[in-house]
Amino acid sequence: MLCQQCQKREANVHFTQILNGTKTETYLCSQCANDKGKLTFSPQLNLGDFLWGFPGFGENGGFAEAEQPREVHCDFCGMNFDDFRKTGKVGCANCYRTFRDNLSPILRRLHGNTEHKGKMPGKLTECIKTGNEIGKLKEELATAIVREEYEKAAELRDRIRNLEGSGNKCGGV
Amino acid sequence: MGKKPVKTAPEGDVAISSRIRLARNIGAYPFTTRMTKAQSAEILSKVKDAVLGDEEVQKHGFSFLELQAMNALERQFLVEKHLISPEFAEGDISRAAIISKDGKISIMVNEEDHLRLQCIFPGMQTDEAWKLCSDIDTKLERKLEYAFDKNFGYLTCCPTNVGTGIRASVMLHLPALSMTGYIKGILENCSKIGIAVRGAYGENSEASGNMFQISNQVTLGQTEEEIIAGIGSITSQILEQERILRSELYGQNPLRLEDRIFRSYGILTNARIISSEESLKLLSDVRLGVIMGLIGGLELEDLNEIMLMIQPAYLQKLSGGQLKPDERDQRRAELVRMKLKDSEQQGME
Repeated sequence: MLCQQCQKREANVHFTQILNGTKTETYLCSQCANDKGKLTFSPQLNLGDFLWGFPGFGENGGFAEAEQPREVHCDFCGMNFDDFRKTGKVGCANCYRTFRDNLSPILRRLHGNTEHKGKMPGKLTECIKTGNEIGKLKEELATAIVREEYEKAAELRDRIRNLEGSGNKCGGV
Repeated sequence: MGKKPVKTAPEGDVAISSRIRLARNIGAYPFTTRMTKAQSAEILSKVKDAVLGDEEVQKHGFSFLELQAMNALERQFLVEKHLISPEFAEGDISRAAIISKDGKISIMVNEEDHLRLQCIFPGMQTDEAWKLCSDIDTKLERKLEYAFDKNFGYLTCCPTNVGTGIRASVMLHLPALSMTGYIKGILENCSKIGIAVRGAYGENSEASGNMFQISNQVTLGQTEEEIIAGIGSITSQILEQERILRSELYGQNPLRLEDRIFRSYGILTNARIISSEESLKLLSDVRLGVIMGLIGGLELEDLNEIMLMIQPAYLQKLSGGQLKPDERDQRRAELVRMKLKDSEQQGME
């Protein structure tokens, strides 16, 4: 049998490709098979495509928020959601903010969760502590005002201001 | 079963090594897939400053290896030692591997993420590896602003690593589970509960020396400790199964198992030409023989060393230059023979 590609050399390689359930058989010589091998294998299915295949993520999927952001670009690195779809890779930290609503369901799919637990940068741990402290003081302040304990209220107000001042560094996270 | 105890790391009869890897990025730069060459150089110098500028971190005696300055063989050598990943060995952006003197800590800069911090310990020591890894991470974080989000945690280039950014893995030697075919069920069950199992040196388990790597898939929504405990509990169940099967295999037909082990030992100590696949396969039997006390005079460390030596880049480094495949097979057989004979003699003294 002659090679189906060059029609010159004897075919000695048998290719079977099953793509979406359709089987194609090809007989080639080793030289053409070698060339073809480099060309015809479809590029690896990447994570983006893979996730897109799930119900709810595809273009015909049910989630309205997953269809939205064609024109939206991350204003830091310039990535749009199509880029993510093609590569499965996120462009920068700001992308996670820009595409939060689109990435959330994907993260849920991957990890079964969208809320981080565990280690945090030290600075942030401090910020959260400060935040909790401020919350507590504000409650005390409200009680003090209701009870007309104005001296105590003034003291609490100053402490809150101080903490909020130190907490400014925490912004943006 | 022979009872002469062999020196091993914790659970070292089955667990070869434990590894913790953390993925981190610097918030002010695009991730590696979208950064410019100039940005990659800036990141590299920031990380370098953070590592070299911290006295406590420097106590580990880090050396700095710029990938661009290394040739292909030297890069491959680091891949084989599991110090850098195969993907990391390619590409032309500024990349470096920062490796501690004892080889336990490695920091890859500008791999898929800006930083990949990794600690490897012998045997089953994921907790120890995590402690060390987290300690270095905390110290570096004082100097590097990591990309972090209150909800999503540490942000990474690939969403599969978001959250803790942790990959906890244990390398296991599972000859009995492989020989009896029970490994298949274990692989299936692991995949059902979000645990990945990979052949450590390739897909064919027999050819890869029956080495398997168990690691977590989920990185978001669980604490690092919970993730490590999960890997720990799966590992201890697999360890138990492997041990039971080893003694059953021996109990049912001691001579048959001994025969297999000593045949493998015989080939390794006499062969003149050997491929890395065949040597890994035979070394798996010999390792089992050493652990079961059947082969005396050999230490597991010797076998670990041989497993490293027989890989192409290491082999060529030892031989001082490029070798053709058939030269490699000859050189490999020679090295294994020598190493086994040396260890045997030392063991007798």
